[in-house]
Amino acid sequence: MLADALFFSAVLFAIGVVGVLTRRNAIIIFMSVELMLNAVNLTFVAFAQVYGYAGQVFVVFVMTVAAAEAAVGLAIIISIFRHRHTVNLTDINLLKG
Amino acid sequence: MLFQTAAAVAGGAAPHPLSGTAADWVWALPLLPLLGFVLNGALAIFGSAKAGPADPSAGSHDGPDAAHGVPGGNGQDDGAHADAAHAVPSQRHPYAWLVSVIGPLVVIAAFALACMICVAMIAAQPTTPFIQRYFSWMPVGDLSIDAAFQLDQLSMVIVLVITGVGALIHIFSVGYMRDDPGYPRYFSYLNLFVFFMLVLVLGANLPVTFVGWEGVGLCSYLLIGFWFSDRANADAGKKAFIANRVGDFGFMIAMFLLFANIGTLQYTEIAAAAPAALPAGGALVTTVCLFLLLGCTGKSAQIPLYVWLPDAMAGPTPVSALIHAATMVTAGVYLVVRTSMLFSIAPAASLTVCVIGAVTALFAATIGLKQWDIKKVLAYSTISQLGFMFVAVGAGAYVAGIFHLVTHAFFKALLFLGAGSVIYAMHAAYHETHSHEDAQDMRNMGGLRTAMPVTWILMWIATLAIAGVPLFAGFFSKDEILGTVFARAQGSALSDASWLGIPGGALLYGVYGICLVAAFLTAVYMTRLMLYTFHGPNRTGDAEHSLLREAPAVMTLPLVVLGVLSAAGGFLNDPSFLPIAPADMLGRWLEPVVGPATQQITRGGPAEADPRLSAILATVASVVALAGILVALLRLKPAALRPAREPQPAESKVESLLSHKYYVDEAYDRAIVTPTVVFSRNILWRGVDGLIDGLVNLTALISRWLGDSGSAAQTGETGTYAWALVLGVVIVLGTVALRI
Amino acid sequence: MRELLLSAGYDHWILTVLLVVPVLGALVVWIGASALESGGGTDAAGTPPGTAAAARFARWVALLTFVAEFVLSVGLWWSFDPSIDGWQSLISVPWITTWRVNYTLGVDGIAVVLILLTTLLMPLTVMGSWTSVREKVPTFYALMLILTTGMIGVFVSLDLFLFYVMWEVMLVPMYFIIGIWGGERRIYASIKFFIYTMIGSFLMLVAILYVGFHVGGTAAGQAPDFSYPDLLARLRVTPIAARWLFGAFFLAFAIKVPMFPFHTWLPDAHVEAPTAGSVILAGIMLKMGTFGFLRFAAPLFPSAALDPGIRAIILGLAVTGVLYGALVALVQPDFKKLVAYSSVSHLGFVMLGIFAFTQQSVQGAILVMLNHGISTGALFLLIGMIYERTHTRQISDYGGIARVVPLFSTLLTFVALSSIGLPGTNGFVGEFLVLIGSFRTVPYHAMLATVGVIFAAAYLLWAIQRILFNSLDKPRNAALRDLNWRELALMAPLVACIIWLGVYPAPILRRTDHAAAAFVQEVEHGSGTQRPSSRVAYAPGARP
Repeated sequence: MLADALFFSAVLFAIGVVGVLTRRNAIIIFMSVELMLNAVNLTFVAFAQVYGYAGQVFVVFVMTVAAAEAAVGLAIIISIFRHRHTVNLTDINLLKG
Repeated sequence: MLFQTAAAVAGGAAPHPLSGTAADWVWALPLLPLLGFVLNGALAIFGSAKAGPADPSAGSHDGPDAAHGVPGGNGQDDGAHADAAHAVPSQRHPYAWLVSVIGPLVVIAAFALACMICVAMIAAQPTTPFIQRYFSWMPVGDLSIDAAFQLDQLSMVIVLVITGVGALIHIFSVGYMRDDPGYPRYFSYLNLFVFFMLVLVLGANLPVTFVGWEGVGLCSYLLIGFWFSDRANADAGKKAFIANRVGDFGFMIAMFLLFANIGTLQYTEIAAAAPAALPAGGALVTTVCLFLLLGCTGKSAQIPLYVWLPDAMAGPTPVSALIHAATMVTAGVYLVVRTSMLFSIAPAASLTVCVIGAVTALFAATIGLKQWDIKKVLAYSTISQLGFMFVAVGAGAYVAGIFHLVTHAFFKALLFLGAGSVIYAMHAAYHETHSHEDAQDMRNMGGLRTAMPVTWILMWIATLAIAGVPLFAGFFSKDEILGTVFARAQGSALSDASWLGIPGGALLYGVYGICLVAAFLTAVYMTRLMLYTFHGPNRTGDAEHSLLREAPAVMTLPLVVLGVLSAAGGFLNDPSFLPIAPADMLGRWLEPVVGPATQQITRGGPAEADPRLSAILATVASVVALAGILVALLRLKPAALRPAREPQPAESKVESLLSHKYYVDEAYDRAIVTPTVVFSRNILWRGVDGLIDGLVNLTALISRWLGDSGSAAQTGETGTYAWALVLGVVIVLGTVALRI
Repeated sequence: MRELLLSAGYDHWILTVLLVVPVLGALVVWIGASALESGGGTDAAGTPPGTAAAARFARWVALLTFVAEFVLSVGLWWSFDPSIDGWQSLISVPWITTWRVNYTLGVDGIAVVLILLTTLLMPLTVMGSWTSVREKVPTFYALMLILTTGMIGVFVSLDLFLFYVMWEVMLVPMYFIIGIWGGERRIYASIKFFIYTMIGSFLMLVAILYVGFHVGGTAAGQAPDFSYPDLLARLRVTPIAARWLFGAFFLAFAIKVPMFPFHTWLPDAHVEAPTAGSVILAGIMLKMGTFGFLRFAAPLFPSAALDPGIRAIILGLAVTGVLYGALVALVQPDFKKLVAYSSVSHLGFVMLGIFAFTQQSVQGAILVMLNHGISTGALFLLIGMIYERTHTRQISDYGGIARVVPLFSTLLTFVALSSIGLPGTNGFVGEFLVLIGSFRTVPYHAMLATVGVIFAAAYLLWAIQRILFNSLDKPRNAALRDLNWRELALMAPLVACIIWLGVYPAPILRRTDHAAAAFVQEVEHGSGTQRPSSRVAYAPGARP
């Protein structure tokens, strides 16, 4: 049971990573990040079955942070879109040295 | 008593015989000219603020000497343009009358005071120097240098010369510089010079003397470059200062050596300590003396540092008379005598002084044969005569050296002032006709005796004196030098020593021979000067000829006084074979100062040659002098000369070598000046400095390059960063996983 | 006078007051000027009248503060007792207790003289900048005031930590003064100046920390101590460590001096700095380096300072600096650069004097420091005055101006002669003492340095000839204005000092006598195990 859950969350996490690495669209990347977060959440819940409820508490923390992050992140993306009329991340390289 | 007076050596608690007399006022001697400097300097600045550049009518008027250069060499407080030089009538400085009073008066007052002190000294007959200590100048650890003056028979003689001849030249200057816009500035410099010269002579220790030593150099610099708008004048001033600085290097090293080895720089203490601390004839004392000699060659224009003096003629002529003939340039002779306690125990160094003097005397005399500028002839003559003085003090004939210093001050001042009076007349004539001819070139003169008879007669007196014609001043002093050198060659501490392997006796005979030749040439070039200037037809120009006038009385009167002195000055030290005046006055007067050193050289024997030998040598010298005059009179044809503006006959190779002064200036330029500048600019500044700075900037460049290459990794694309992140995680996790 | 000052507890508070007064002045400038600027509004022409009022306010406040500072420091000159050894006006308050860092201030004769030089030059630089600084005037004067605190702090700190803080406090305002009010290449010059100096001072910080934490040896559990008198008495380091530590201090101070191969920041900084910056840089800040050698580097690590190899290198660099600076100065086309290189030459004399370790040479070195401050400060002020009129520093742009500006010419000639070291002016006494003292221990170095005296005459006389003399061939120079009353007034004290120190330097020599003797003694006798330092720290009021 634990192994299955861990395998499933690992797959989810990997999908998220691949999404972050390969996609250009900021929204999609953002969603992939959420996917990774949820994969981690799943891991926490799975471990909570074995090691006690501390893991579940963490999930709540993570979801709260993720919600805040989503709000801030989307706001940033929208403001980027307003300025540059694109959310394609390859077009945005303000940090280039 | 105004100041604490220290009795010198053996005085102890007993007061010095001079204390309580006029000598207590010795401090006032230099302070009087200093006061003049301050007042005249204030007038120069204040006057310039009043009648400065704002006044367009302030015409510019050149001093007489400036005429041969670029017109428009005028005072600092003149704003008008140079070209106006001959267009606008001259305008005197608003405070000129006040300056004419203050400037000469302070020096006359100093002379009067010096005479009073001299009278007191004759009465007191002190055997030790009278030292006045004012304050501690540099008290540092075991070094203690006082601001102190020392009055003895030697400084007394020179003080009298400085203030006496100085006063005459100040008076002459009132007429000569009359219309110069820089009139107050001129007198303030001249007063400052007298101040420093007196400090030089009166200093009780080497550093105080050095203050005067460099101070007179400064005044010389300022006065040579007095008409500074002409580049050549400013160059000449700078050259004089730097050549003197090279000499001062030697002076300083000598002081350092003395302090490091004796621990004192005061003359009386050096004299007391030297015999014990410095082995006679040893390397140390010889080194000290040679470094001192380097200083003396700078100040007294001897080989190898003489080159500045001919250029120094760029200054106003009275300055040439005072500084570059009568006083400052003899400071080297004074210093050798002042430190005779060292030179007398360093025979090798003394012989070096002799050799340098003799070679310089001959060398400069040959150049003097072919100069056309009347002042240049006199300049080389001065160098040559200073060579004679060096021969004297080098041979331990200190009295003869000082004697010649005094008589030379008389007749050379007279020659320069006479030349000044000639130039004044020439300049006035050319000024009148707006001509730009050279007022100092003898080719433009000739036949001036009709126009300026007073100057003519007086100049002949001086010429006979310098040539050494019997009974004129120069005869006695030059004869004493030659006689003493001959006597020293026969037997003395010097004749037993050797110099670069040459026995001292033979060397001194050689020096004697060279001096005779130089004396012959002196008579030749001086007669040549007189012939070309005053005799033969006039070449000034048709329009100018009638405009030539004798100078005003304020200029001729000092000349007359100097003429009397040049004629009769020799009796100051009448030799015993010629019983006209009291014999050997100067020698007996200087005995307390130079006696011990002379004894050291003669090893206790008589200071001079015996009367019979002296008489023979004097006859030889007189014959040589008369022969020189005769040769010049017979060989030179003033009538054949052409004015400087006309094409000149071709010169032979020897003549060309002489008229170009053996190309020494050019050689110094190529060997020292240019290489220094080129080396500094191309190797040191552009090369070394560029390299060091390049290295500094290179470190900056390297840091920047490192930063740039690091920042190239920052693509700014989040994708790249994400990849890097994942890769990093994989590597970290991988290593951790594989380790465990 | 002295009794009167001491009865007012003068030596208890004077040093702190000297540090605080400029900071207060800076605050007044800042607050007052911002109030005036915001209150003024804008007039029709577009220039806010508030700015002009603020500028005037800042100038006067700065001038008055500096004058007050000068008056206070003259009191220090009187209250200082030259006849006793040791630190005077000592004050010590704990600061960082865990590291035993104290706010310790105190002066010896050297510090007194240099403080007086600082407080003398500062009001003159304010007067010199009166009309030439036009932009951001209040900031400029506020920075000058803070700079003064840093400079005086360096001279009075007797705690190594405090010394370091003051050392860095000094750096920042100068960086801005060059960087904001400088010439064309000011950014390059200021960054070069800042980073170059910083490299040295960071190494010095490391050395200070090492020394402070290892006072009692390298064993664990030693209490740190940064008090300089304690260090002098107790510091024990191995010869190898001493060499490294000396090296770190050496680098910091040698860059500041600047000694020969570390000098290239100086010409750039001097040329680009505004007049006030050049004057302070040359007049005071260069002395920090030589002061550091006298106060810290040599007495703390005598074994390293006396090491024949190290000494040979330093003396060699010093003499090289004397000759090199003079020769390079000879060919400079830019008058400010010429003076900058002449500083390298003069400071070479100071280093020679310090490392010859004789009483005469050390006191001479102190005098040269003072003289260089006065003469070079005066030269830069004069250059600033003429630059304000012509906006060129190139020597070839002048010529023959002595006819047009006689007062300026007289002053420039006079100051140049003092820089040349003409006897009777201050320059001679210092150089003479350095050379005569050095000649006893290192005769050949002294001889070579004496050659530098010849070159000094050559480069300065040549330069003033090309500026003042020759023919007036540039038409635009014909209309130059001569110096005005403000400019004459600010030169007068310097001229007076030049003559005073040349004729009667005994008051200075008397005050530096004990400090110099203590320095020589500490270095010569401190290299063994015994450190018989004569510098006992006297508590105020508890003097013998």
